Amino acid sequence: MQKLFLQKSICNRVKFFRKLLERLIEGLLMLSGGLTSLIVVLIVVFLFREGLGIFGSPSMETSSVLVVNKSNPIKSLTAAQIKNIFDQNITHWNEIGGKKDTIILFRIDDLTNYVSEEEVGANLENVPACLNKVVDSIPNILAFLPANKIPKNFKGVIVPSEKISPGTFLGGKEWFPTAEPAAQMGVLPLILGTLLVSFVAILIALPLGLSTAIYMGEIAPDGIRRIMKPVIELLAGIPSVVYGFFGLVVIVPLIKNAFGLDVGETALSGSIILAIMALPTIITISEDAMRNTPRAMKEASLALGATKWQTIYKVVIPYSASGITAAAILGIGRAVGETMAVLMVTGNASVMPHSILQPVRTIPATIAAELGEAPQGGLHYQALFALGCILFLITLIINLSVESISKRKKGERH
Amino acid sequence: MKTKFLLFSIVLMATSCGEKNTSEASTAIPIEKKSFTIKGSDTMLPVSQKEAEDFMKTDSLTSISVVGGGSGVGISALIDGSTDLCMASRDLKTEEKLKFSDKKMNITETVVGYDALSIIVNTENKVAQLTREQLEEIFTGKIKNWKEVGGANEKIVVYSRESSSGTYEFFKEHVMGKKNYANDVLSLSSTGAIVQSVSQTKGAIGYVGMAYADQSVKSLGVSYDQGKTFVLPSLATALDKTYPVSRPLFYFYDASKSLLVKPFVDYVLSAAGQKILGDIGYVPVK
Repeated sequence: MQKLFLQKSICNRVKFFRKLLERLIEGLLMLSGGLTSLIVVLIVVFLFREGLGIFGSPSMETSSVLVVNKSNPIKSLTAAQIKNIFDQNITHWNEIGGKKDTIILFRIDDLTNYVSEEEVGANLENVPACLNKVVDSIPNILAFLPANKIPKNFKGVIVPSEKISPGTFLGGKEWFPTAEPAAQMGVLPLILGTLLVSFVAILIALPLGLSTAIYMGEIAPDGIRRIMKPVIELLAGIPSVVYGFFGLVVIVPLIKNAFGLDVGETALSGSIILAIMALPTIITISEDAMRNTPRAMKEASLALGATKWQTIYKVVIPYSASGITAAAILGIGRAVGETMAVLMVTGNASVMPHSILQPVRTIPATIAAELGEAPQGGLHYQALFALGCILFLITLIINLSVESISKRKKGERH
Repeated sequence: MKTKFLLFSIVLMATSCGEKNTSEASTAIPIEKKSFTIKGSDTMLPVSQKEAEDFMKTDSLTSISVVGGGSGVGISALIDGSTDLCMASRDLKTEEKLKFSDKKMNITETVVGYDALSIIVNTENKVAQLTREQLEEIFTGKIKNWKEVGGANEKIVVYSRESSSGTYEFFKEHVMGKKNYANDVLSLSSTGAIVQSVSQTKGAIGYVGMAYADQSVKSLGVSYDQGKTFVLPSLATALDKTYPVSRPLFYFYDASKSLLVKPFVDYVLSAAGQKILGDIGYVPVK
């Protein structure tokens, strides 16, 4: 009797511990799930918080200002006008609605051309007073000065700089984020460059990848398949810098000679490299989808007298269409976000792309090349984060379309 | 159960005691090991690496890690305190000086050498020399064909560094009269890539540090006096300052880090340090 009781209590205790263990494991799984979601949300919040600050901030750093003489009728200048003036493409005030005189540019380094070094003082203590004098004495001056050197009783007029609006940011065609005095933040060429390179890449990769997947899934004998699959998966493991260097040394001269171009660093070179990089994703996922076609369906098709090829394109491909679509879109996602290889082969000239045989600059390449130098919290830094937001939205749209396509296909089948 | 707990707590106590003992032991010996980071210009990277290696041989207690990234990267790292010594191939911009003064940092700058910038073209190019004005118009996109400067009828393909590079800023300031680059300029992320691209593109022009211009490309003579005298880049012309496109190489550090990094900077300025700099292809200050 007592023995039985003992056995029962041991049994209960084991049950209790087993339950406890299960709870513990469940808890750990929930915790890691929650943690991952939290990290993702935090990163997205961080990205948008840093990026959206660009809108509404002036196109000049707040530490410096542009000033004109008080007799000058000009009240405001756009960022593009400021750049053209300082590049001396605009040389007269009447080109931007002012008087008929030449614009006299003045930077703080030019001060000693106008006043003697004694006047400035040994410790530069008279700089504000001298600036006041210079700006007041030259009616056609446009001076670019540090804001903290502007004296209190300043006789010149400070020209307010244009605020960056979503329109000028997304629609602008010039990307000179470090230009002084006013940065040019037009991201349209970068967005179009990214889309062009990725689109052409997928045009190359999709037919090639699908044919390989069909060959491997349906036609190739087991032996070949067993060698080919790991080799293709190996492609995914090569660092992108290696692809980039391969592109620079092999693909770039090849493109240049094949098309008789002046320069080989083009969108097409980038697309070819990206296509090679997207291949493993496309092949592996679409091949897996095809192999999931039930054996019974294939055999039924063959039994009805269909040839092997008819079976492939009437049964296997329609059955695995959702998987193939997912493969294509994940391939595009890989291409859109790829940084290093593209940075090395597309030439990175921020011009509006007109053809695929022209250098382009993509968003990931821009972020990679410029984020290191951009001072934290500055205008350039915010602009790069805003570019990151745009890239995030592009990939989000791509992923959402994968979801909806695979859901729709499933719904059709059942 | 109780005994288990007791055992556990004894173990815990023992380990915590052990930790205490070791930490006491390590503080008892005076710490003389020092380590610091040098960050910045890719142009100065080979110099700093070699100098740091040799310095660590003479002073085994100091360990130095050297990181590149561009002058702008180094200076912003110095501003936010993530590096102790910054190497740069350009002087501080007014904006950066203001940031240092906002943070109440007292920056010491030391010129340790000079670098001549070679203007390079493809070896098949017939043009051998250009004036500063011609270079400015080529890089701002006003001159687009080699025949406008006495070469073959071929489109000029302009290669530049990315905007994080000190070379980019230096070239813009001293050759292009502070004007902006044309927007169809191809920007590459490293000096090596520029040499590679110029060597395989017939109509190419680019700029690199003199040490990087090898046999695969051709260096041009440059004139800063409207074409009266053209000077080719070489160690000799850079030393006697007749070659105009040369720039100082800087080390920047905050006064609070002076004790840590000054011995290294002094080593670079010593005869042995300057010899290393010269061997790599830069121009010593002494």
